Amino acid sequence: MPLKLSEVKEILNADILVGEELMDRDVHSACGSDLMSDVLAFVKEQTLLLTGLTNPHVIRTAELLDVSAIVFVRGKVPGQDILEMAMEKSIALLSTDSTLFTACGKLYEAGLPGGTRNQS
Amino acid sequence: MTAPIAIEQAYHVEAGDYVSAGDVSGKLKKLLKQLGVDSTVTRRAAIAGYEAELNLVIHSLGGEMSFSVSPEEICIITQDTGPGIPDIGLAMTEGFSTASEKARELGFGAGMGLPNIKRCADEFEIDSKVGQGTRLKIIIRI
Repeated sequence: MPLKLSEVKEILNADILVGEELMDRDVHSACGSDLMSDVLAFVKEQTLLLTGLTNPHVIRTAELLDVSAIVFVRGKVPGQDILEMAMEKSIALLSTDSTLFTACGKLYEAGLPGGTRNQS
Repeated sequence: MTAPIAIEQAYHVEAGDYVSAGDVSGKLKKLLKQLGVDSTVTRRAAIAGYEAELNLVIHSLGGEMSFSVSPEEICIITQDTGPGIPDIGLAMTEGFSTASEKARELGFGAGMGLPNIKRCADEFEIDSKVGQGTRLKIIIRI
């Protein structure tokens, strides 16, 4: 079941860092990982990425994979350069205080499936 | 893709230049989008290109990345100047990695790169000589 980004925001009690105007977007699946290598190897398109990594390669990886939104977990907020990069590429960024495990669990409970290659 | 043309571009990729890593693959993806190539094919090319580009940055002494697009296929070639891969079989194993701490901090170096390139490609060739360099050829059919 797809979720709107605005619903993801509510469920995770998250702050919008970038993309107030993108909250109507649907996400069809999600992937939680701090390993961009694995994200590159497993993620499907139009997915939501949850991660604790806040370097520019997260945005770049998301861009190349057509990931439409990223949730930073454990209360992390990336630097201004990264926020601007996401703005430019029209990728929504959220930040939640939840841990990666809890954030993924809440979204899974809300009906969002995994976004990996071998799993529906 | 209607016109029977081939577009070719080549770029130098600097060893250890993490800031620019992904620029060439970004250019490839943009070009494929502009040409109206199918989004799944575009995605496979972007992933394979990014992995290959990251390999140049993380593992090589620097090299060149080029790509060409014809109505039939996308061809990505990377050629570096060393150090070369002693055991290609091992390098192709998921989970095996010799990446630096720096690469790992950025979320890479999980030993998924080469297997992931192979998975995205319709044809994949790897040639490597220790002390000379490594050449990858990736073909993705449109």
